[in-house]
Amino acid sequence: MIYWDYAAAAPPYDEVARTVEQLMRLHYANPSSLHRAGAEAAALIERAREVCAAALGVLPGEIKFTSGATESNNLAIKGAALHYAGRGRHIVTTELEHPSVYESCLQLQKMGWEVTFVRPDAAGAVNPEDVGAAVRRDTVLVSVMHVNNEIGSVQPLPEIGRAVKAANPRTLFHVDGVQGFGKLPASPGDFGADLYSLSPHKIRGPRGVGLLYVKEGIQLFPLLSGGSHEGGLRAGTENVPAIVAGAKAVRMAAERRGDFVSRILPLRNRLLAFLREIPEFTVNSSESGAPHIVHFSYPGMKGEVMARQLEQLGMQVSTRSACSSRLAEPSRVLLAIGRDESTALGGIRISFGDEHTPADVDALEQALLGAVKALKIAEGGMR
Amino acid sequence: MKTIEPARLAGKSTEYADMLLLRFGEFTLKGKNRSRFEKTMLRHVKEIVKPYPMARLIKEYGRIYVELNGEPAGEMVEALAKVFGISSISPVKAVKPELEEIVEASLRFIEKVNPEPGTTFKVNARRVWKDFPHGSQEMNRLVSAPLLKTFPALSVDVRTPMLELRVEVREQYAYIFCENIPAVGGFPLGTNGKAMLLLSGGIDSPVAAWSSMRRGLEVECVHFFSYPYTSREARQKVIDLARVLSRYAGRIRLHLVPFTEVQTSFAGIGQDNLMITLMRRAMLRITTKLAEREGALALVTGESLGQVASQTLPSMNVIGRATDLPLLRPLVMMDKADIVELAKQIGTYDLSILPYEDCCTLFMPKSPTTNPNLRIIEKIEATLPGYAERLAEAVEAAVTVDITPYGNESPDDEADLISSAKEDWF
Repeated sequence: MIYWDYAAAAPPYDEVARTVEQLMRLHYANPSSLHRAGAEAAALIERAREVCAAALGVLPGEIKFTSGATESNNLAIKGAALHYAGRGRHIVTTELEHPSVYESCLQLQKMGWEVTFVRPDAAGAVNPEDVGAAVRRDTVLVSVMHVNNEIGSVQPLPEIGRAVKAANPRTLFHVDGVQGFGKLPASPGDFGADLYSLSPHKIRGPRGVGLLYVKEGIQLFPLLSGGSHEGGLRAGTENVPAIVAGAKAVRMAAERRGDFVSRILPLRNRLLAFLREIPEFTVNSSESGAPHIVHFSYPGMKGEVMARQLEQLGMQVSTRSACSSRLAEPSRVLLAIGRDESTALGGIRISFGDEHTPADVDALEQALLGAVKALKIAEGGMR
Repeated sequence: MKTIEPARLAGKSTEYADMLLLRFGEFTLKGKNRSRFEKTMLRHVKEIVKPYPMARLIKEYGRIYVELNGEPAGEMVEALAKVFGISSISPVKAVKPELEEIVEASLRFIEKVNPEPGTTFKVNARRVWKDFPHGSQEMNRLVSAPLLKTFPALSVDVRTPMLELRVEVREQYAYIFCENIPAVGGFPLGTNGKAMLLLSGGIDSPVAAWSSMRRGLEVECVHFFSYPYTSREARQKVIDLARVLSRYAGRIRLHLVPFTEVQTSFAGIGQDNLMITLMRRAMLRITTKLAEREGALALVTGESLGQVASQTLPSMNVIGRATDLPLLRPLVMMDKADIVELAKQIGTYDLSILPYEDCCTLFMPKSPTTNPNLRIIEKIEATLPGYAERLAEAVEAAVTVDITPYGNESPDDEADLISSAKEDWF
């Protein structure tokens, strides 16, 4: 069985698993406790903060640890909206966002906020000018993802950041950086981002920890109350093993990015070219996208059927983003980039990790051919 | 008090410059000490310039030139403007000593500065290299004529111009500059001796430290902590404050004095309102002993007249008598708001307001005296059993750490805490 779902969850590095295990055994103390064991645990968190800050090119105090990128995105969006409600009640985001961003915005909409969803082009990128034009005097926050989790399209963040600040210097700019980090150059400074979310488990770190960069001076309304953890931004006893091992994964991903890209990009390009040769498929990703995500549709064939067929042939793939793959509804992202409903229902996502080899891609290609052959018979009946 | 404004530091013409001209402050007046001051100055500038390997220093009488050779001018101006003893910085364009080149560079310079309509200006040329074919007066005309033609915003005022374009013609280069970016001024650090500063962790004492250093005084910081009554965090906060101060000094020596025994011995007297007076006197006594050991000639505090009970004039009188050394209070006549403003500029404010109890806030009586009686205080101290021994023990038990801007120095027990984190976990 070959695993092609790194964008949903990447297997942790051995070093990461070892760090988690050792810390669970040795540093179980509560970092808030006054005794020495507590102080040691607290010192570990501060060291992890420094490591993450160095990898992102920011100050240690600007790194906040959360339970995952879903929490980071929720905190960034709702926390900023609630704290800065005095500046206005308008938010700008895109139709491409991950559910944790998209639905946070919908929640605010229900509470009376106005939300503008910027539409991407057919390749899945938003135009910075469109984002800038959506920003108004009362726009509190703009949230744009770095790399789309479904089709891998890359947003022109530095240009978007500039367009946002040119339209309203007080508007905050949040970037959901989950799928971009470790794959593309990524630092909040280059994007002009005030808030930036990351998830270590997408880059071979542990589950249960997330990062939120909060630019110095920016305040957020905490969503979790009950303690002064993380500078009062999110209450809850710190997950020391995951935080330390997460910092390790962030550091390793940053260090190995060049290596990863130079090895995986040729494989990704080869797979894209192969998929374009299969007449039954519509390819939804392109060479300009992130190096690790390839997405295609089999119009008329439900994605989940294709995924089950591929699994029988030894390949584990995703239908779209893992968070919504159990829904039998057309993909919101594919509809947004102008695909029809049958294409939007038939999506398959292949995502690469640094362990994939050319032989793995050979096997995948054979499996894809086999799957099409097997499913072709049923194609008409499925429509 | 002159303050620095980092936001405005980088001038408009900074990025066009090939050199920075550093002017010295008031110490240039000081007769035969001058060369010693200038040498110290040069050493400090060298230290700041170290991270920029292409930059070269040229020392001239009363000034230092920094040749940039492609290093980032804006960043360096910001760093150099914080060096004590530098009064101002000018971004300088260096060109071949030929008239055409000089005029061309002057035009570009004014273009960068982008003067607003109605700006008055003059050209101030100096021919240092006497073989240059045009005299100083002639140069004034030759340079200003094309400028006036190109920039209608400019008009001439030779007495009080808003903009003065300076041209110095030397044999190797002609130097052109017009902006004077104000820097921190004062004296080169250490040229006025050394003092011990009582560093509490509050807003005032770090500002007092910075102000002292600006007058050329090297300071060693002394902090009193009362573990277990005060926390590890409170002590760490003081270490962090010393680290911010070390950015201005290169290194700060910090003495951490255990004060629990001394402090608790006062608690048994039953004179709560005198507590602070007794504590402050004990602190001065201990610091004086440390000063003798370290060769310091004064004590510095962050006291400001009338701010709290121990800083009324009668309190200062009684407390100050506990030391024979000069007691310097750089903030004594400053308003709190001004001190806060300076603390923010120095970068200590955010640390200072962290809410950890220090040993002064801890045993704070309900109504501390604002008018202590010297005779009563002296009598209490004279009859308190073991008082002198406890002071001597505190001096003996003081832990000394040298703090640098980017180091991770901490007292031994803290170092253990950090080393318990295995680096291969990260």
